[in-house]
Amino acid sequence: MKRFIGFVKKEFYHIFRDRRSLFILFGMPIAQIMLFGFAITNEINNVDIAILDHSKDTNTEEIINKISASKYFSINQFIDKESDIETIFKKGKIKAVLNFEKDFSKNLIKDYKANIQIVTDATDPNTANTISNYINAILTQYNKELNNKVAFSYQIVPQTRMVYNPELKSVYMFVPGVMTIILMLVSAMMTSISIAREKELGTMEILLVSPLKPFQVIVGKVFPYIFLSIINAIVIVVLSIFIFKMPVLGSLVLLGLESVLFIITALALGILISTISATQQTAMMISLMGLMLPVILLSGFIFPISSMPLPLQVISNIIPAKWFIIIIKGIMLKGVGIQFIWKETLILVGMTIFFIGISVKKYKIRLE
Amino acid sequence: MSIHNVIQVEGLTKKFGDFTAVNAISFKVEKGEIFGFLGANGAGKTTAMKMLIGISIPSSGKATVAGFDVFTHAESIKKSIGYMSQKFALYDDLTVKENITFFGGIYGLSRKRIRQKSAVLIEELGLEKVANKLVGALPLGWKQKLSFSVSMIHDPKIVFLDEPTGGVDPITRRQFWEMIYKAANQGITVFVTTHYMDEAEYCDRVSIMVNGKIEALDTPKKLKEQFKVANMNDVFLKLARG
Repeated sequence: MKRFIGFVKKEFYHIFRDRRSLFILFGMPIAQIMLFGFAITNEINNVDIAILDHSKDTNTEEIINKISASKYFSINQFIDKESDIETIFKKGKIKAVLNFEKDFSKNLIKDYKANIQIVTDATDPNTANTISNYINAILTQYNKELNNKVAFSYQIVPQTRMVYNPELKSVYMFVPGVMTIILMLVSAMMTSISIAREKELGTMEILLVSPLKPFQVIVGKVFPYIFLSIINAIVIVVLSIFIFKMPVLGSLVLLGLESVLFIITALALGILISTISATQQTAMMISLMGLMLPVILLSGFIFPISSMPLPLQVISNIIPAKWFIIIIKGIMLKGVGIQFIWKETLILVGMTIFFIGISVKKYKIRLE
Repeated sequence: MSIHNVIQVEGLTKKFGDFTAVNAISFKVEKGEIFGFLGANGAGKTTAMKMLIGISIPSSGKATVAGFDVFTHAESIKKSIGYMSQKFALYDDLTVKENITFFGGIYGLSRKRIRQKSAVLIEELGLEKVANKLVGALPLGWKQKLSFSVSMIHDPKIVFLDEPTGGVDPITRRQFWEMIYKAANQGITVFVTTHYMDEAEYCDRVSIMVNGKIEALDTPKKLKEQFKVANMNDVFLKLARG
């Protein structure tokens, strides 16, 4: 036990004396959660739009008022002719133009139909799409209000309800993802690098010649990272609750236990990587390419798995992060208990045992 | 087995597939002896040494180190030996004291014993002023001397040195050998590999490995007489060229 404490102490010296690892351990989680929470978002807010109103009558005025009253848009400019659209788009500030046809109110009364053209700047297709959807929604709403005044029959009015994330806040989607990335980064990458470092420096050989058992060496190296990962997980959850008002509907204990399980999965992966890489460089490359990329691209964190081509959907099953994201989304957003996520949990447990099994086999206790 | 022989090796062999790295070597090392283990690069020195320190399993043959069998009691061997590898292997980002404490700790020394040892060791090496500085900031020669002392922190019976003086200046090498003599005088057996033939002259006995076999084993004086040459360098060249 005393040996173990001495070993762990030494490991903490390594971590706290290396600015790079300190940054990855503590700067990264906070920076990532802030970035994803504030900067990278699918929502639109205060988008600048311009109005080209050929009618200037009651109806167009009502619509314009409605749009400018919403927090999504701010009307930046009124223009007079079609040729101006191109000019203002080129300046780049205005993202959409609403073009009301001539005699808007008159047409509405005469033909029950009037036209608005929505022109969006689609250099950023996602934003353009969102803007046009939002404007459409406002118009539909207005349409309905008009129709209520006139008695109309047979209307199908879809009532969409977004459950679990009613405001469609993107931070709800990012927190589980960021948490997964950070735990993967700290647990798998940092451990594999730190073990590879001992190999590279030749100190691993000295440790193996010492009376320490190989598994004591590994546990001693891994332990500080378990500890730091748990702290990181707590920091992320606390930040998301207090800064982003993200709800944690399910049990915090379950969330904690599942996180520890995932940390162990990631550590097992880290040890596995370190057994096959002789230098820190290799360990880092394998971790980045083999772990981080799949976590970001294939885990369902950013891109929905259901819209991937079939082969990628199949591959996504072997990525531990995918299952962990399902688990924590379930606990945080849906408030589910273990009875709904035992399958995913079991898969993670299975993967962990598998990784540890191979590492033990691959770990060369006596070099050759 | 004689109680004076701390290392006894008989027909020790290590094969990697078809390649025989160490081919049935046999020798004995007495207590307190400085035993030089020489050979060209790739002759099999390091492989042989790894089998003796318990991190590589021999393919066949017999060997005991400090009275323990390398096949069955590798863990007991580890407690009785010290090892210093060719690569400098202390932690650069730990201070002199922290390194001593750490290695003392993994050999299971008590806290009190570590404090005593560390004070003696720092004084002997004249490292008082840098005791709380990171080891990475020390000159290579100092590091090597510190590394040697740390490898003996648990008072081992035998200390294995794998090319300990690689890359250090002649003065430091000289001091290093004084430390080796001092250890031998205290009854610690020193098993040392080296490339420097002048260092071979300092050893009590020398073995020379060529292609996995021990081709010569005797005191430096007798080896020179046997091969009718003036120095160990020529002994080595004669053997290595075949």
